[in-house]
Amino acid sequence: MRTLRETDLIFRRAMRLSLRNPIWVILGLIQPILYLVMFGPLLENMTEVQGWPDGDAWSVFVPGLLVQLGIFGAAFVGFGLLHEMHAGVVERMRVTPASRLALLLGRVLRDVVVLFVQGLILIVCALLFGLDAPIGGLLVGLIVVALLGAAFSSASYAAALILKSEDALAPLANGLAVPLLLLSGILLPMSLAPGWLETISDINPLKHVVDGVRALFLDGSTSVVVWGIVTTLALVAAGLAFGTRVFERESG
Amino acid sequence: MIEARGLARTFRTRAGDVEAVRGIDLDVAEGEIVGFLGPNGAGKTTTLRMLTTLIAPTAGTARVAGHDLLREPVEVRRRIGYVAQGGCTLPEARVGEELVDQGRLYGMAAAAAVAHGQELLAGLDLAGVWERLTKTLSGGQRRRLDIAMGLIHSPRLVFLDEPTSGLDPQARANLWKHVRSLRDARGATVFLTTHYLEEADALCDRILVIDHGEIVAAGAPEELKRRVSGDTVELTFGDDAAAATAALLLDGQVDGPLVRLQLPSAVEGLPGVFRALDEAELSPLGVEVHRPTLDDVFLSLTGHALRDEVPA
Repeated sequence: MRTLRETDLIFRRAMRLSLRNPIWVILGLIQPILYLVMFGPLLENMTEVQGWPDGDAWSVFVPGLLVQLGIFGAAFVGFGLLHEMHAGVVERMRVTPASRLALLLGRVLRDVVVLFVQGLILIVCALLFGLDAPIGGLLVGLIVVALLGAAFSSASYAAALILKSEDALAPLANGLAVPLLLLSGILLPMSLAPGWLETISDINPLKHVVDGVRALFLDGSTSVVVWGIVTTLALVAAGLAFGTRVFERESG
Repeated sequence: MIEARGLARTFRTRAGDVEAVRGIDLDVAEGEIVGFLGPNGAGKTTTLRMLTTLIAPTAGTARVAGHDLLREPVEVRRRIGYVAQGGCTLPEARVGEELVDQGRLYGMAAAAAVAHGQELLAGLDLAGVWERLTKTLSGGQRRRLDIAMGLIHSPRLVFLDEPTSGLDPQARANLWKHVRSLRDARGATVFLTTHYLEEADALCDRILVIDHGEIVAAGAPEELKRRVSGDTVELTFGDDAAAATAALLLDGQVDGPLVRLQLPSAVEGLPGVFRALDEAELSPLGVEVHRPTLDDVFLSLTGHALRDEVPA
C-alpha cells in the first residue's frame, strides 16, 4: 500500500517534469516516423518476394517500428536518471524511507505512458499510410510494446546507476540495442533471412515479441501471439527484478 | 543521538583496498552541534554516508536516532535529515514541488508538506521562491533550499555535509545563523562536516578532528585551539639591519627585512612588542598577525600539513 502511494508520487513527479519539457517525447517520435514515411513505401513491392510472410507491407513493417520505438525510447531513459543523480536527487530520495521499488517503478511507469502515447501517434500515422489491421490487435500490440518499454527502461535505469556516467551508458545502450534490433527482424522479417541468421535470431527474445505483434496485426496464429506476450512479460519481470536490486544496493 | 563503535569502511579499487574510515567511535548527545573537521579525503563524507544508511559499513555498529543502523535502516531514515554536499534539487523543478514531494516521501500529507515547506522557506529568508525553478536561485539560496529539503519532515537529527562550501563569506555567515537556529529554535541535534576551522569554531559545541580515516582529536573549539602554539606576528622593517636588531630584541626569527614572532596571544602580546620597539627607536613599516589556521591545528595534531586529496 505504501509502495503504491510512493510509486504514484514518483510517477507524478516524473510525468510533471516530462510534460514541462516535452521536446524529448517529440524527438523520440521523429525517427520512427521518418522510417514510416521514407522506408515503409519501399516495402509495398516486396510482398511478392519469396519468404515474405502472409500479409501486406504495412502490417509487417509497423509492428517492427513499434518494437523499435519501445526499445530505443526506453534504452536511453537512463540519461534522465544520470541527470537526476548529478543533481543529487537520487541520493536525496534514497535517504528517505521510501521503497526502492517505488523509486524505480514510478519512473518506469512514466516511460510506459510516454511510449504508449508515442506508439498511438505512430499507429495513427500508419493508418493514414494504409495500415489495415484489427482494432483489438492494434491495442494489444500497443500494450505489448509499452510493456517491452518497461523492461528496457528498468534495465537502462539500473545500468545508469551502476555506470554513473553518460560516457559509459551511451556505448552500452547502443551496443546492445542495435544488434538486438537487427536480429529481431524489425525492418524486414526474419523469414527472408538465410538459415544461419534465422537460427541466431531465434535465440533473441525480441524476435518473438516482434512476431507476436505482427501476428496481432495480421490476425495470425494464436500461439505466436501468446509466445510473444509471454516473452514480453518475462522480460518485464527480469528488468524490474534487476532494476530493483540495483536500486536497493548501496550507492557506493 | 549517535553512538558508533568501530565504524569502518574499506573501498575496493583497482589499485587495491582503500581504508577510507578505520574503525571510529563517536558519540553525539541530543541537542549538540558537533562538527567533523578534516581535509578532503579524510573520511568525513564516507562516515556521514554510513550514518545516513547510504553505504554499509564494512565493520562496526552504530545506533542513530535510537535505531540500529544495520538492522533498522528504514527507521533510521524516518528520523534523520541529510543535506548532501552537492545539492539535492533538480534544476528544472519548482521549489515548492520539490519540498512537497520530499515531504510526501516521508509520508506527510500534501497540505502539511505545503504548510511546513512555506514556513521553512520563510525561516530561511526564502519567502517568495515557491513557484521559482530551482535553477533560477543563487548559490546561497539553493544551499538554504537544500537545508529546507532536509528539514521538511522535522527530523530530530540533521546531517549537514560541508554546508557552506562554495559560498561567499556573507552567505556563509548567514547560513551559520540558520544552522544555529536548527538547534536553538527547533531543538534538533546537528552533525556537520567542514574543512573550515572558522566554521567549526563559529558553530560547534564540539569538534571531532578526522585524518586518514581516524579521529585524531576531539574537544570544544577553544580546547583544540589551545593546543596550537598561538599567533604568529610578522613585522616588516625598512632595512635588514633594523630587522636584525629587532629580532635580537624580541627574540624573533629574522628573514631579510621580516621578523617573525610566536606569541601565545597577539592581542595581549603586541602592546609590549611595540613598547620595546619604541624604546629601541625602531618603527616597523608593517605588521601582520596570523591566527592559528586549520593547517596549524592539523600540523600540531597530526604532525603533517593539511593536504588536499581527492575525496573518498
